[in-house]
Amino acid sequence: MTAAATAAGAAPRRSARRRLALVLEPYLYTVPSVFLIALIMLVPLAVGLSYAFRDLVLLDPDSGGFVGLDNFRTLAADAAFWNALGNTVTWTVSSVVLQFGLGLVLALLLDVPFRGRGLVQALVFLPWAVPSFLSGLDWAWLFNPVVGPLPHWFVALGLMTTPDNLLSSPDHAIWGPIAANVWWGVPFFAITLLAALQSIPPDLYEAAAMDGAGAVRRFRAITLPFLAPTIAITIMLRTVWIANFADLIVVMTRGGPADSTQILSSYIFTQAFQRLDFGYASAVAAVLLVLLLAYAAVLVTLRQTFLARR
Amino acid sequence: MRAHVLRRRLFRVLHAGLLACFLVFALFPLFWLLKVSVTPNDLLYSEGVRLWPSRITFDHYASVIAHTEFPLFFRNSAIVSSSTALLSTLVASGAGYGFSRFAFRGRAAIVGLMLVSQMFPLVMIVAPIFRLLSPLGLTDSLTGLVVVYTAFNVPFATFLMQSFFDGIPRDLEEAAMIDGAKRFQALRLVVLPLTLPGLAATLGFVFTAAWSELLFALMLNSSAAASTFPVGLLAFVSKFSVDFGQMMAAGVLALIPVCALFFVIQRYLVQGLTAGAVKG
Repeated sequence: MTAAATAAGAAPRRSARRRLALVLEPYLYTVPSVFLIALIMLVPLAVGLSYAFRDLVLLDPDSGGFVGLDNFRTLAADAAFWNALGNTVTWTVSSVVLQFGLGLVLALLLDVPFRGRGLVQALVFLPWAVPSFLSGLDWAWLFNPVVGPLPHWFVALGLMTTPDNLLSSPDHAIWGPIAANVWWGVPFFAITLLAALQSIPPDLYEAAAMDGAGAVRRFRAITLPFLAPTIAITIMLRTVWIANFADLIVVMTRGGPADSTQILSSYIFTQAFQRLDFGYASAVAAVLLVLLLAYAAVLVTLRQTFLARR
Repeated sequence: MRAHVLRRRLFRVLHAGLLACFLVFALFPLFWLLKVSVTPNDLLYSEGVRLWPSRITFDHYASVIAHTEFPLFFRNSAIVSSSTALLSTLVASGAGYGFSRFAFRGRAAIVGLMLVSQMFPLVMIVAPIFRLLSPLGLTDSLTGLVVVYTAFNVPFATFLMQSFFDGIPRDLEEAAMIDGAKRFQALRLVVLPLTLPGLAATLGFVFTAAWSELLFALMLNSSAAASTFPVGLLAFVSKFSVDFGQMMAAGVLALIPVCALFFVIQRYLVQGLTAGAVKG
């Protein structure tokens, strides 16, 4: 009697608990990451954004007050900000276009079977493993006429009259960090695009070839549509990431000569850690964040409409 | 028929030629680093652009190892990077599995959260993070760096792990669960062994990222005892900016562990992304 009662009472309780466990299960898997990201990234982001509305200069005891939109007014009239915004566009667009173009060609080359492919792939992807600041240093050394070969090659090719350091030319210095960035970033695109290429079912190509479609046709009719979603998402992530990426510029040129390589993220770095003006730095960062969010929203919308039309 | 064979051969030559260009472009900067690191000082200027010096030396390596603090920085970096890799992979595996196997309320919000965390310049949160960690005694400490790096790496690592899990058929663990295994048991006994390449790729990816990080290592930690390799190298470069041989020797030493690791894991990266790449 008692045993039966206990059993009858326990059964529904266990199933309720079980149902609760089932509902909670996905959260158990995701909570640690959400907690960590919220605590270490999003809370500091909110605090950082609030600095944009304050007059916050480190080591200045009079600062810290709430100043409303003052930082943004200063920013609108700051020629260095507009210059850095222009450079950000040059830096980001050139880097992404070159990384993507070369990455796509490399992925297509590696998608063809040949002997020694594994080894070639490992070697050609190697720059991605190089720490970013070290690739900046390495390329700064390559451009240095004392220890690097590049200036001497440029002279031999007639691109320069004397072996000078490209990084000290106000007109062309930005191509130094861009070269380092392209070198370093091609493997990322190549890896993701190669993965996407390898997931295209091979029978599609066979069928198309039997129908008499040439290589160019097959590329346009099969490869590109299959790659498009991957391309959109990688280009979006990469653009945002490169626009925020200051390491190479800081290591190679520190924004110089004469601010000609200063991009917004390196400008933020300079404002915060050389002038200790955290309020202004945060205002610039907030503008950059808004621009990037708008860009990402446009790209995601484009991708959705494209996917919907397919 | 003749034209066909000719075209095929032409294609092969072009293919090999282009790949050779990519190989040179990828490897030459690394080769140059190696070359200068073994060039004796007296030959550096006289044999500037020669591809290989007439005489080589390992003196630069010897003095970097014996007379600088690089062995300490190396050890610190190794501790921070491997702890970050383990912790991030653990946390990201959970989230990746959750995203791959469940549709649940708030899922889109979490994905959005992760996306936003990739959208802003990290420079902007250096000061707030310092203020957060300082009272906890986590500044100027390797543990603090591990916590911060783990948070930075979890979003992309989650994306990677999710795409690995997506590549493993659900039926496998469902079959195990029908046979009476709890989901966690099914995860451990059935899914985990299949996802080992994915775990390796994610570990390697995060290790590389942590090994490279400069900004937070520079801003949060000030003492040499808690400095990582990038910070040490940067300090070295600004102090001895003419000693190219030693700088590059230190650079080559910094490259060895990450390049070795990457060499092993890069094919898993391609494999793993293949599974998740085509999903809309």
